[in-house]
Amino acid sequence: MSKLHAVRLNRDLCMGCTNCIKRCPTEAIRVRDGKAVIFEERCIDCGECIRACPHHAKSADMDPMSRLGEYKRTVALAAPSLYTQFGPPATREMVLAALQGIGFDEVYEVALGAEIVSRKTEELLKTTDGNVPRPLISSACPAVVRLIQMKYPGLIPNLISFDSPMEVTARLAREEIIARTGLANHEIGLFFISPCPAKRTAIYNPIGRTNSDVDGAIAISDVYSLILEQLEKSVHTKLIGKGNLQAGECGLRWSAAGGEARALNTERYLAVDGIHNVIAILEEIENERLKDIDFIEANSCIGGCLGGPLTVANRFSGKARHRTYIKAAEHMPENYPARRAAWESAVGDISLPDRLEANPALQLDDDITQALLKYEQMKEIAERLPGLDCGACGAPNCEALAEDIVRGEASEDACIVLLKERLAQEKTTYGEKGTDYAENPDG
Amino acid sequence: MTKKALARLGVPPQIIKRAAIAMYEAEINVVIHANGGTAETEIFPDHIRICVLDNGPGIPDVELAMQEGWSTASDTAREMGFGAGMGLPNIKRNADEMSIDTRIGEGTKITIIIRF
Repeated sequence: MSKLHAVRLNRDLCMGCTNCIKRCPTEAIRVRDGKAVIFEERCIDCGECIRACPHHAKSADMDPMSRLGEYKRTVALAAPSLYTQFGPPATREMVLAALQGIGFDEVYEVALGAEIVSRKTEELLKTTDGNVPRPLISSACPAVVRLIQMKYPGLIPNLISFDSPMEVTARLAREEIIARTGLANHEIGLFFISPCPAKRTAIYNPIGRTNSDVDGAIAISDVYSLILEQLEKSVHTKLIGKGNLQAGECGLRWSAAGGEARALNTERYLAVDGIHNVIAILEEIENERLKDIDFIEANSCIGGCLGGPLTVANRFSGKARHRTYIKAAEHMPENYPARRAAWESAVGDISLPDRLEANPALQLDDDITQALLKYEQMKEIAERLPGLDCGACGAPNCEALAEDIVRGEASEDACIVLLKERLAQEKTTYGEKGTDYAENPDG
Repeated sequence: MTKKALARLGVPPQIIKRAAIAMYEAEINVVIHANGGTAETEIFPDHIRICVLDNGPGIPDVELAMQEGWSTASDTAREMGFGAGMGLPNIKRNADEMSIDTRIGEGTKITIIIRF
């Protein structure tokens, strides 16, 4: 398994079509020799290609359930979007109990960590420190953070340098379990039940920190049927208790677009979902056209995390169930306020230990003079290309092909439109013989 | 477009931001006062030169126009949120060098230089 990325290609299933290269927001995919190739340094793990591939050749490299065997005590960290996958009669406590049923010793709700991040963000928004730029951009979606690091490095200072709800939950859960059981750190395995590949990358190749407190990420789609089986059993056995419930309404809301922003008690927010929409908003911020906004919630997936590429339920039905779960959270167990208060006081500083750095993957050259030369060449080549952006050459558009040529990774012959023109020219030059050849290549 | 080019060249983000804002303001001026014009950018290894040209009415008093809040924009432009009198001052704030060549009835040429 690669530590850098969680998106994988199954070469046998890849037809070499243009679906993924066209949808990739960072132009990180090319088709070479009839198969897709991912430029690792440009991939942000958003999972758009997994969604776009009609042949299911793109998948996420997630952790298997068998990894549970590596630890003495295993813990499921349930993403807020997990619940939305299951409709009535399932309840949140049933889903959490089902996780224990499929093999986890303990379950923690990442929604509780989300509530803590919400409170910290609310505090940050209240600071009048002139050095805190506006609008602040949430760093909860790792695909968005990586997009900013590569395409919008000027907005890195706007990113809220906080640990994600997953990381906050993992740290507090780990401390609690160690205190309660006396187990050593390495004997406890924490697994995030994840709606997306970007979260796996955030564990193996963390942003703003060297190590993650999480040990792995298991796809919601990989445990979906196992949970369903448990849910059916629990309906019959009534083996459900409220004891597992840790998070309230505010944390649960994080699974749908707009939910994170809503918890901040401000109207001066903008919530954007879908990576291509996020790009449009980042452009707006760069051009200083969003001065009336204090906070940007940005989700790579349409609909928010419940629309993640590794979810199973349709995102609209997920959204409908999301409301049911929020309504049910009006009746929380008695220990909820005390527990949340305990976590809020235990959490301390949630700032990322390391600075967020720019990713120079889009730079044409380290040396600006060389980069200028390459840029000029690129423009010249792009002018010769037809500008149809057909993708038949394997690059998403003509400009990307021009760039590939300048980088020495492709040649102009890759363009079938230019090739056709050249054949037509040869036809005129060589007369009848050329005509024969063009009309009857076998003859 | 220019912004994208500068990023590909590895120009620091703060510089790109300054160039983008200066250019945007100059372009808005051309749109609201001169009904269109042209913008040319030249990129050198150590600086960028932006030249925005129009055939509009010209600026009668450049010194006055450079003052924050001074504006001759139409009501329509103001209704759309432009014409707050911050355009030229904002360009100057973001540029290392700025020059205005304007002729009444002929047009205006604004040259902006931003060093890397």
